[in-house]
Amino acid sequence: MIGPVLAARSDQELDRGSVLPDLRKAPITKMQLVKYAGASGDYNLIHTDDETARTVGLEGVIAHGMLSMAFLGEYLCWLAGPESVRRLSVRFNEMVRPGDTLTCRARVKERTTGSAGRRLQLEVWTENQRAERVTFGEAEVQMA
Amino acid sequence: MDHPPTLTSDIIGRESEAMLFEVERGAIRKFAEAVQDQTPACLHGDVAPPTFPTTFRMTIPGVSYDLARVLHGAQEYRYERPLRAGDRVRCRVRVADVYRRQGRLGEMTFLILVMEGRDESGTSVFTGTTTAILR
Repeated sequence: MIGPVLAARSDQELDRGSVLPDLRKAPITKMQLVKYAGASGDYNLIHTDDETARTVGLEGVIAHGMLSMAFLGEYLCWLAGPESVRRLSVRFNEMVRPGDTLTCRARVKERTTGSAGRRLQLEVWTENQRAERVTFGEAEVQMA
Repeated sequence: MDHPPTLTSDIIGRESEAMLFEVERGAIRKFAEAVQDQTPACLHGDVAPPTFPTTFRMTIPGVSYDLARVLHGAQEYRYERPLRAGDRVRCRVRVADVYRRQGRLGEMTFLILVMEGRDESGTSVFTGTTTAILR
């Protein structure tokens, strides 16, 4: 079994300002948006039907903001393990369209090491293939 | 077309009924597959991905809006622990705030909704805060 990415890192490697490894997701497809609509229960047709999207002034369907946030959720699990995630807070800044490729990135804002383990405050964001931050925010992980 | 009434501050404090959600293994797997989440515990359906509470769809009586006019501005989740297959979570959602603010697209209404999920013993499991922006 492969442990969380950060488990092998020393405290010094997680000091404030440390840039963490990134996670590049596969390009978003319309099929993924249909699947996410079904899995999440968000059936707003602007995410799955181009005609509906155009009636509200969009060029075509846009991804659910929550899909980008879900990528960041996966990213935190990959970095610190699924038992470690304590907080994830994001703003949805830019629209994401099918064909866009998102990469999850993070930087350490604060590290505290105590008897319960290491607690990290992170700046997290997803950026698209044009290096635009589409979703950004903060997270906290508590690692045993 | 039928337009819901503009939301005003008198709805602050309104709350949904409590609803019980069962965290099903199949639903976790379907969610992880849609996200292409590679976390083994999520792909196997044992542990729910962090944003899984978004699947707990709830409404508040008297609070409605046109889906085509709403933008999801921000979202926060705080967790006491991850959700796991077999968990039964009792959720409530309430209107924490409503305010109007001038934005890039003119004056918009900001709606802040807070959802709390508790386990069967009443212990908090997660809190979700949604910022919806109504054009």
